[in-house]
Amino acid sequence: MASFRNLKLTALAAVLGFALSAPGHAKVEGEEIILGSAISLTGKYSSNGLNAKNGYDFAVKRINEMGGVKVGGKSYKLKVVYYDDESTPARGAQLAERLIQQDGVKYMLGPYSSGLTKAIAPVTEKYKIPMVEAEGASRSLFTQGYRYLFAVLSTSEQYLASSISLAAEMAKKEGKKPADVRIAMAFENDPFSLDVRAGVVDDAKKYGMQIVVDDKLPRDLSDMSATLTKVKALKPDVLVVSGHEKGATTAARQIKEMQIDVPMIALTHCESGKVIEQFGKSTEGFLCPTQWSETLTYKDKYFGSAADYDKAFKAAYPDYKTVPYQTAQASAAVLVWKDAFERANSFDTEKLRDAIAATQMETFYGNIKFAKEGNNVAKPMVLRQIQSGEYKVVAPTKWASSPLVYPRNAGM
Amino acid sequence: MLDNLSLLGQAPVLNIQLLLDGLFIGATFVLAAYGLALVWGVMNVKNLAQGDFVILGGYIAVTMAEWGLHPILGLPLVIVMMFGFGWLVYRAVISRVIDRDLFTSLLATFGLAIVMAQTMNLIFGPEVVAAESGLKTRSMFDGMVTVAEIKAISLLLAAVLATIVIIFMKKSRMGQAIRATAQDARAARVMGIDTDRVYAFTYALNSAICGAAGVLISLIWVIQPYFGITHSIRSFVIVTAAGFGNLPGVIMAGFGLGFAEQYSGFVLGAEFQQATVVALLVLILVVRQIQQARHRQVVR
Repeated sequence: MASFRNLKLTALAAVLGFALSAPGHAKVEGEEIILGSAISLTGKYSSNGLNAKNGYDFAVKRINEMGGVKVGGKSYKLKVVYYDDESTPARGAQLAERLIQQDGVKYMLGPYSSGLTKAIAPVTEKYKIPMVEAEGASRSLFTQGYRYLFAVLSTSEQYLASSISLAAEMAKKEGKKPADVRIAMAFENDPFSLDVRAGVVDDAKKYGMQIVVDDKLPRDLSDMSATLTKVKALKPDVLVVSGHEKGATTAARQIKEMQIDVPMIALTHCESGKVIEQFGKSTEGFLCPTQWSETLTYKDKYFGSAADYDKAFKAAYPDYKTVPYQTAQASAAVLVWKDAFERANSFDTEKLRDAIAATQMETFYGNIKFAKEGNNVAKPMVLRQIQSGEYKVVAPTKWASSPLVYPRNAGM
Repeated sequence: MLDNLSLLGQAPVLNIQLLLDGLFIGATFVLAAYGLALVWGVMNVKNLAQGDFVILGGYIAVTMAEWGLHPILGLPLVIVMMFGFGWLVYRAVISRVIDRDLFTSLLATFGLAIVMAQTMNLIFGPEVVAAESGLKTRSMFDGMVTVAEIKAISLLLAAVLATIVIIFMKKSRMGQAIRATAQDARAARVMGIDTDRVYAFTYALNSAICGAAGVLISLIWVIQPYFGITHSIRSFVIVTAAGFGNLPGVIMAGFGLGFAEQYSGFVLGAEFQQATVVALLVLILVVRQIQQARHRQVVR
């Protein structure tokens, strides 16, 4: 009896398996190439998840309007299938399985955040499905030996490292040794911020600088006054903070309230943490890293220059007053797919993987060339400073639109 | 760690900063914890959604600030709205689980916490927000100690609110009814007290107190839909340390926790600031256990 039931189950499984494998060709349906992505539309990453989705959609629309993707002499339109991963890694991994197994998607776009990417990458790797991601910056994503994971953005250890070289430069200008520079830092205890920290520590070591405060902020961070009291007592030359939006908001609020007067303050997520809007003049002189800025001079044939992208996106999505870099890099990921399809001239995932690995292109977002590990090594991070309530690019010098103001003169 | 301790020794004035910050934030802890003690003591419901009520109060204040109403002026309005919200929650959820065992009410309030956090996330978005008071910061001792005026004002407001609640509990008919119900619900019913109404009122009052605490938190810290849980934990630590029905104890424990967080953040680093809260809870439970074991031996 038991074996009979087993037989029935096997038969059922076989039928189901057949039915499921049938849409294996769903990767290309008629004239459409289907890309898949699990993205955070609800939960704690919902706003940046939506930013990324809008970036994907905007690029897809643009490419389709410009004639689509040409493979084998025929023109195909792009389409993206989305599922909401609710900002939870487990759900993300499940949905990646579903996209690949059930929906037959063969070409993936990344989710939002390093954590989700970390959860999904093993799945795409298992099925040998290439994934071009735009929102997972953690260094640790590119040390696992993944073959099918490619990221268009700069890795997180580069976020604030340039502020340390800036500090060294300023010290020299003032006739001091870079080794005399004292650094206070506070980083959230999560993969992203710890990477940012690693980059800062490496650079600080290179110059022989002293780290006088090295606090790790908790995940549910809403108070860092104790850390800032230390900063006030020790009077460092540089204060570096990273803890996503909550870190930026908390730091900005308490730096203002406690009148922390450090000549150089660098923190991540100034823009998405809305520090200028919330804390006004007290944020003058903050250094904020960004993956992309509309003032950069990169360009491509789809969007034109970075400034053109900025304008066109705002016209298509009037809700946006500024275009977040999360959106720009999502669009760039779609451009990588288009370019790879055309160079591979095939729908075969292996050929596509190799084509993506050989990518070498300039986009409005920056140059894209992947290292063996899959991260983009052709695009530097940009450092901007808040000057008179606006973000001005100050480093690297090639794109600097304004000189660095040092020491920062904060209006409290 | 030793560096930080010696720093305190070299610049004793830093202690003033830490104590002041502990005092200011402790005051808001006291408010939320007192509400929890009230509900716990009167209804024997351990309200796991405590922190989410706090955050909701904060969001109402931030929203009203966006419409141009200063959060401090909005405080009475938040109290009224949160009172109504608490009443609704009692009627919809709590009244159905109040007679059940401990786990049912724990589960219900835990579910309530999740629903509230997710709903706030849907309505207000996941961004970290703060209410701006527009007030200045005063500095003392050569700028080594700074006091944001809003922190001092929030301490004052917390004191005023606590006093009002205490007087209400002592003098008013409803306050007496609440205390009677806490002592013996059956006897209270026999005496003609509508205990169901008392429960509803108690829960709504707790919600209002939490809302007020939330307004103050949004003015001096930052809020986010998922920050509720940390405030819940703090309230539980304080009430566990003080015991419910013990208002001076709650006040002492609240300020004590404020100081402990500030000092551990300074000496051990920010990563231990919240760990301290939990470590203290464990310590308190161990001490209580030993005390009670001794007590049991004496009784035996």
